[in-house]
Amino acid sequence: MVHQYKNNGYNIVLDANSGSVHVVDDVAYDIIALYEDHTSQEIVTAILEKYADHSDVTEEEVLGTLKDIEQLKEDGRLFSEDTYENLAWDFKNRATVIKALCLHIAHDCNLACKYCFAGKGEYCGDKALMSFEVGKRALDFLIENSGTRRNLEVDFFGGEPLMNFDVVKQLVAYAREQEKIHNKNFRFTLTTNGVLLSDEVIEFANKEMYNVVLSLDGRKETNDRLRVSRNGKGSYDMIVPRFQKMAELRHQEGYYVRGTYTHYNTDFAEDILHIADLGFKQVAMEPVVADPKEDYALKEEDLPVLLNQYDILAKEMLRRSRGGDGFTFFHYMIDLTGGPCIYKRISGCGVGTEYMAVTPWGDLYPCHQFVGNEKFKLGDVFNGIQNQELRDEFKLCNVYARKECHDCFAKMFCSGGCTANAYHSTGSLTGTYKLGCDLHRKRIECAIMLKVAEAMDHEESTV
Amino acid sequence: KRIQTLDTRNLAQSVSHGCGECQTSCGIANQQCEQMKENQ
Repeated sequence: MVHQYKNNGYNIVLDANSGSVHVVDDVAYDIIALYEDHTSQEIVTAILEKYADHSDVTEEEVLGTLKDIEQLKEDGRLFSEDTYENLAWDFKNRATVIKALCLHIAHDCNLACKYCFAGKGEYCGDKALMSFEVGKRALDFLIENSGTRRNLEVDFFGGEPLMNFDVVKQLVAYAREQEKIHNKNFRFTLTTNGVLLSDEVIEFANKEMYNVVLSLDGRKETNDRLRVSRNGKGSYDMIVPRFQKMAELRHQEGYYVRGTYTHYNTDFAEDILHIADLGFKQVAMEPVVADPKEDYALKEEDLPVLLNQYDILAKEMLRRSRGGDGFTFFHYMIDLTGGPCIYKRISGCGVGTEYMAVTPWGDLYPCHQFVGNEKFKLGDVFNGIQNQELRDEFKLCNVYARKECHDCFAKMFCSGGCTANAYHSTGSLTGTYKLGCDLHRKRIECAIMLKVAEAMDHEESTV
Repeated sequence: KRIQTLDTRNLAQSVSHGCGECQTSCGIANQQCEQMKENQ
């Protein structure tokens, strides 16, 4: 499958099944568009007619370009076939190991963000803090079920995990003891709203946390519209200085300032740039996923504006990067040479199979976005997985299980998208969240454009 | 040149590689292969 698009002055051709990216001129762009449905002679005639006033576009040139395309096809870098479907089912038939847990260390929060999928951090249930005993058992459960996997991941999540900071510290200390015994490597992450981000927490997090997600929505008026305290006061002034301190002490690495954009800030590129202007070098910004009845929910009619915002952002990031003042946007990070293998790309995020969420009581759910829905309870950390049927259902959640993905150029970059979003928007685990797909395709296009620009800049500088 | 090809990891060739040591991914595209990182 070949995807052709023009972005920021570049003609880009993505061969989706091989991952190859080509930058082409207008003539080659048109030839590639005609290639599959026309004979060589038809292509020559059409191109010579279209470029009649271009002296450099000759029959010999067109035939030469056709030969180059044929060679790329032979090399498996253009018009390559999708031969991976059987791998997806084979991969899922392997013995499943668990390699990541999301510990809901606190079902409580000191903010009351209006769009919170966790319902003010309480997941539509009672307030609760995870005890050390439950957390310890969860870590043991992870080690016991991780097979030969060495790298294990544990997220401290909530609610607001820092409302249970003592237990976080105890669990990290316990894991550090156990990793030596079992030859494992724990990578911890922490997601926080920053309200309790004291110097002690910063020092601890910078020593022990592989990644930290810092929640901030952008400009003060954007952030304070929806990220408010229990008494309705905005959180921007309180948290920004703390986040800035943390980012500096982490040497601007291993963190994200992560925002959510809604119908109220469809000009979200301004919020991302504002975060960058505050000095943050690692930025993520996600579309809100909400009940369409909510006033802040994104609407279908917002889509053209949102897509344009990603273009605006990409161009501005390129300008800043060329000026030596670049920053990283989560969705524009794409590693073309060292990215994940095909098995990872087609099997997805591991929801309900390699990755699970643990409630403060030790119950297991497929991921943090299913917590609170009893229908999706897999078991608990004391007795293990009891609902094997449900786990098997999640094992089949790969890119080939979603019919909408079959002809999508982005499928090797998103693996079928977020299963939780699909379920909440369509009622099916193997559905797709249309708005999310439209946005993701655009982000992939922009990310590849930035890689192309980087490659072209490098080439120009070495000529 | 009319067609320039960027340096990319060929996905078909990566079949011979799925060790599962890479990070879980709440993303896929911006991940790095753990084995390739170690080999660098």
